[in-house]
Amino acid sequence: MYPKTRYLLAGDRAIVLEFGNEISKEVNLLVRKLYYSISKKNIEGIEEMVPTYCSLIVYYNPQRVKYSVLTKKIKELENSITEITLPTACVTEIPTLYGGEYGPDLKFVAQHSKLSIKEVIKIHTEKECFIYMLGFLPGFVYLGGMSDKINTPRLEKPRLEVLEGSVGIAGKQTGIYPIGSPGGWQIIGRTPIKLYDPQKKFPFLLKSGDYIKFYPINKEQFKEIEKKIDEENYNCKVKPYGRV
Amino acid sequence: MEGFKVIKSGIFDTIQDLGRFGFQRYGMPVSGAMDSYALRIGNRLLGNKENEAGIEISSPGLSLEVLSGTVIGITGADFNPTINNSPAPIWEALEVKKGDNISFNQIKSGCRSYLLVAGGIDVPNMLGSKSTYTRGKIGGLKGRPLNKYDIINIGNPNQKLPDIIGRKVPSINIPNYHEENEIRIILGPQDDYFTKEGFRVFLNYFYEITVNSDRMGYRLKGPKIESKNSSDIITDGIPLGSIQVPQDGMPIVMLADRQTTGGYAKIATVISVDIDKLAQMKSGNKIKFTQANLKEAQRLLQEREKNITDLQFEKKETTELKSSNARIFKVKIEEKIYKVEIKEI
Repeated sequence: MYPKTRYLLAGDRAIVLEFGNEISKEVNLLVRKLYYSISKKNIEGIEEMVPTYCSLIVYYNPQRVKYSVLTKKIKELENSITEITLPTACVTEIPTLYGGEYGPDLKFVAQHSKLSIKEVIKIHTEKECFIYMLGFLPGFVYLGGMSDKINTPRLEKPRLEVLEGSVGIAGKQTGIYPIGSPGGWQIIGRTPIKLYDPQKKFPFLLKSGDYIKFYPINKEQFKEIEKKIDEENYNCKVKPYGRV
Repeated sequence: MEGFKVIKSGIFDTIQDLGRFGFQRYGMPVSGAMDSYALRIGNRLLGNKENEAGIEISSPGLSLEVLSGTVIGITGADFNPTINNSPAPIWEALEVKKGDNISFNQIKSGCRSYLLVAGGIDVPNMLGSKSTYTRGKIGGLKGRPLNKYDIINIGNPNQKLPDIIGRKVPSINIPNYHEENEIRIILGPQDDYFTKEGFRVFLNYFYEITVNSDRMGYRLKGPKIESKNSSDIITDGIPLGSIQVPQDGMPIVMLADRQTTGGYAKIATVISVDIDKLAQMKSGNKIKFTQANLKEAQRLLQEREKNITDLQFEKKETTELKSSNARIFKVKIEEKIYKVEIKEI
């Protein structure tokens, strides 16, 4: 964490406020607090903000707010950042079918981690994963909290197409492909849940600052959930974070 | 109302407005017209709102049949467009009738042409925008480029068509597209990742746009830009026009369909007023980056916005249609101009 937040120019319509240069929940908390505080304030001329791991990018219209005025207002909010309480986080449960054709790399991950397939699934599903940020693809969540025991390097040769809903591991990260895309992650399973659904009025399932928790399902359950999703008759289980 | 039928599609023609804002924090790219100036001016020409949707044509090939008579405007790149095989002037409001054919034939200048129509393209607003983002299957026609046989609906014009027909963008407001350009940048946000030598190279040599360039970004090739240690950063936000430099030292300028966040250091950001110029450059064209400061960039932006607001269209009256069987022509005889009406008997 930096002793003093860095204000970096990102062209003539954006500033980056950088709180540190590490992936940590403490730094990310500051990012989200400032994001929350600025959103509440409705500062004239701010068009959009994107909170990321350790910085917040603020897009503004220089026709409507001067750079000097904007940075002054943000600094004021930054000074009272400790007073901010963020809304309670929630945990969304993600049903996942592990292994087989749905998770072709599960075997490799088990071999690499010197664990049984069962143990890999247990480790992958036992802890909540924190959503640091979204980016890269619509609905893609950058997660933290996966156990180091199943840390596995990316594929040597990326696949040309990884199916939508694929759950994967890349190094110490785990993640879900919101749309089909080329990719080099070790695919251990697939969820029928849509993290991004362009047919919906609001297409995104998750937001930063919340958590997800994977849980194992079998093929019948997968098909059943998939059918319910098609009929627009399925909602993921969501509960407040910290309560069982 | 049915406006056009696609007779032949080009390589990548998409419906675009000024973009989808407010959802980047969910990973949703902004998209929108690569050359926003051409789209805005074209819309104003036709009495539309500036952010109305038009068709962005990224290479010649598109051919459309007009299904309802209306007024169109073609702006941006000159692809030698024709209406019923006769050359169609660009940056002008042109009347088209049911059954007419509009075609975009060969590249004369620029890289992206825009077809605007009075009333705009009528497709659903998805998250507040009509812009097509093909990877996310959202916007435009089912989130994809135009295909043969597509029917494109159009909206109701805001102004009476006869008032619009013949309007012209004054030549002073029409940009010239060049194969070589100076593109101004502001250093940052990660300029401290690069060496002195890296900056010297970046600001002193030409960079060529490679074929691996699209709406997401332009990959450039030229002398290697040296970074201090590594050019990997902890993933952060990517603004329009930011210049990423991966480990290989070859810059990538991030454009309309850029991903919202990324993990390469960004040496600089193209200033807003130069984005449209860049969007009209194609592979093989060359860029020389020059440094600007924030104050200058924002002043230039203000000037450009004022020019757009103050823009007064000219009105052309050469071939005005009076009634179904009469046409008026301007005829110049010995330096004197006469209005001549020719009527069918």
